[in-house]
Amino acid sequence: MDRLTTIDKLGILADAAKYDASCASSGTAKKNSLGGPKGRGGIGSTEGMGICHAYAPDGRCISLLKILLTNHCIFDCHYCINRKSSNVRRARFTPQEVADLTLSFYRRNYIEGLFLSSGIIKSSNFTMEQMVECARILREEHDFRGYIHLKTIPEADPELVYQAGLLADRISINVELPTDAGLTRLAPDKNARQIEGAMRNVNSDITETKDARKRFKHAPRFAPAGQSTQMIVGADQATDSDIVSKASRLYDGFKLRRVYYSAFSPIPDASAVLPLKRPPLIREHRLYQSDWLMRFYGYQAREVMDAADKDGNLPLDIDPKLAWALKFRETFPLDVNRAPRDRLLRVPGLGVTAVNRIIAARRHKSLRLEDVGKLTVSIAKVRPFICAIDWSPTALTDRADLRNLLAPKQEQLELFAA
Amino acid sequence: MSAHRQTEDNLHYSVSMLEPDDFAFWRHKARQLVQSNIPPERVSWSEAGGCGDLFSGGDTQLPPVPNDAATVRASKRFLSLAKNVVLHTDLERFALLYGLLWRQQSNPRIMEDKTDNDVRRAEELDKAVRRDSHKMHAFVRFRMVELENGEEHYIAWFEPDHHIVRANAGFFKRRFANMHWSILTPRGCIHWDGDSMRESPPARRGDAPCDDPTEDLWRKYYASIFNPARLKVSAMMSEMPKKYWKNLPEASLIPELIANAQKRESQMVAAGEQDFQAKPETLEEVGTAINRCRNCPIGDCATQAVMGEGPKNARLMIIGEQPGDDEDKAGKPFVGPAGQLLDVHLEKSGIDRKDAYVTNAVKHFKFVLKQTARGKIRLHQSPAAKEIDTCRWWVEAERDIVKPKLVLALGASAARVVFGKTVSISQARGKPIPLEDGSELWITAHPSYLLRLEGEARATQTQLFDADLAAVQQRLVQL
Repeated sequence: MDRLTTIDKLGILADAAKYDASCASSGTAKKNSLGGPKGRGGIGSTEGMGICHAYAPDGRCISLLKILLTNHCIFDCHYCINRKSSNVRRARFTPQEVADLTLSFYRRNYIEGLFLSSGIIKSSNFTMEQMVECARILREEHDFRGYIHLKTIPEADPELVYQAGLLADRISINVELPTDAGLTRLAPDKNARQIEGAMRNVNSDITETKDARKRFKHAPRFAPAGQSTQMIVGADQATDSDIVSKASRLYDGFKLRRVYYSAFSPIPDASAVLPLKRPPLIREHRLYQSDWLMRFYGYQAREVMDAADKDGNLPLDIDPKLAWALKFRETFPLDVNRAPRDRLLRVPGLGVTAVNRIIAARRHKSLRLEDVGKLTVSIAKVRPFICAIDWSPTALTDRADLRNLLAPKQEQLELFAA
Repeated sequence: MSAHRQTEDNLHYSVSMLEPDDFAFWRHKARQLVQSNIPPERVSWSEAGGCGDLFSGGDTQLPPVPNDAATVRASKRFLSLAKNVVLHTDLERFALLYGLLWRQQSNPRIMEDKTDNDVRRAEELDKAVRRDSHKMHAFVRFRMVELENGEEHYIAWFEPDHHIVRANAGFFKRRFANMHWSILTPRGCIHWDGDSMRESPPARRGDAPCDDPTEDLWRKYYASIFNPARLKVSAMMSEMPKKYWKNLPEASLIPELIANAQKRESQMVAAGEQDFQAKPETLEEVGTAINRCRNCPIGDCATQAVMGEGPKNARLMIIGEQPGDDEDKAGKPFVGPAGQLLDVHLEKSGIDRKDAYVTNAVKHFKFVLKQTARGKIRLHQSPAAKEIDTCRWWVEAERDIVKPKLVLALGASAARVVFGKTVSISQARGKPIPLEDGSELWITAHPSYLLRLEGEARATQTQLFDADLAAVQQRLVQL
């Protein structure tokens, strides 16, 4: 075997990680590197909000060193570039190399920490042990207090996953595909029951350690940034409704912090069972918007599914909130001077910030349309759905062409959709 | 302003800030002004070195605060906002804040009125400062210099828009506690030696080191983590505006990454994508298409593709591995020695081959040429997993058209083409495996396997093979 240099390996193992959607480094326990057991302090901090240190031309932020420990894999999942039967060039880091790379990037302020994933070598347990070792070197030998996200392997021994959770800020277990049928077909070595079982274990470990910390100050932290998962969109026949309902079950069942959606991306050396074209990236965007509606706007999964078209997919030309509002026009217009917060959050074009501002401002005066305009990004989008002192849109909500008026221009969509 | 007493004079006052980011100083002066009941229009604020406004040069000595002055009121929100707004470069910021403080004395909840123009302006300034601080946290890039005593010193050059350097020193101290570092900026510098923080006057870009070998690794990472299939330049630009690029080592790669993205994506697609238009809808179309298929290299070496054969509504589909030498020449499946053996056993089990649709997992003959005493022969090679997966498309097309109730896979390659993964024949044989479309998969050995065995092993395996076929026949009757 030819010997690869660190830079070659980094190229191969970062390239292999580029299909992964998650990159967040926020929502963990606050830590800083002042003081501590070694007297002069360690290295690294997390202050709640994650920091995006760079942006790639694909618009995605770079917050963590996102790499694979190895892209060798004994599994043969069709959507995965690293599957056993793929001809991709292989490389493998030692845990020490990953730790060194993380530290030299961190010290130069390139990153917030490490996001480590891996192909499965030898066995699930062996691979998981190696990943835990990376985190151990960073935490114990270098007193690293930055962010660590470990992607755990559902087939590994729960004890190893527990070790990972003690060292990492966040752990994730990928559900891969929204339906069991999709998983059986595209990831024949994976098992939906096993994946959900692993999520359930992690969830109960998180709950138990949180409980313990309330009673004992020195109880260990376990994945303070919680657990997340990723689903591939567009590789199988699953509709947006299937995906949303799966996501909602995961949020409820395992208290996931985030569900990431990754539009199936053409991969070199793809398997023949995959679709020929990638789904439009805008579909992924619509799913994130619907996720947002469920997490911050109080929409039920059922309601997001109501916003979908007959084929079970969300419209691509308008956002899901507008789609819902157009379907349930009878609930509008809402009076900005009276409507409760949860209703105002349903108005297309009003975000959480704008709603908070409206509620604060209306304690001082009765709002006119012009006032609302000062509090929102675009009054044009909001206007048909609200009433203010000097404004009532009754004629507008009845218009059959309202959708066309509010939807962005079609040509634009085509141009930027891809 | 009826609550305020009128001051006796009508003088203008000017306050000169000693440091542009000194909030404590501003607060002290502003409190004094409010307590002396001096309205905003009679105060001008200037920065040290600035030229002030028309009224500067007036009475800078503020009047003594009356003993019975009321306490100055300011909301929590105002204080946190003002701390940030002071750091902005806008020369009007001190006056703006004083105006808001003044108005709060009669309207303590003014900060909640987000439609008020002054409140909105202050929030805009606050936002700009927070953004600048955030970008400093994100885009400071240290370069490592090894000092003579062997210690490592990390030095960065950064150009903030606002007076944020001092205010953000704590962030870097908390993050890089055990490092020695300096952040040099045109607005002043901060230094941390592991124990204490020190400030120094403004620096120039040339004062910072110009290189660090680790940047090559970082650029490699940056280029590799970018997925060219998802180019979204505007999203990148809005978060990482061009003005920051000159101090980011990775930014030099951006133009080339963008320029080559489309080419790389089409290469990715071409390398991965099969040249299929739509799945064929008739067996004739499958037959034509597989002859043209070059999605894997096998297509080039064979004489012809070998299409399945049998009734197009057969209840049983038998799938072998791939055509051999004889099949390749004849263009028909299972005509060679293995096919003849299969016929014998099918007949024994009572299955009529004419009722079954017989096909192969892989449609082209794969071989290597071998020199023998009798000249060159074409030596059969087993298909690779990748080749089987590529051909799965065609086998699925055949299954979609024929819609068999039962699929009999002969050997591991056939099992993989239906099942999608490699299975152990010994474990999977002799029992039905339900498939997505409602049909059943049965797995057994390939007859050529029997041909290779001798003696007792052959007898045992032949018996197992017959048992499997008998079970299939029985199941077919039930279905």
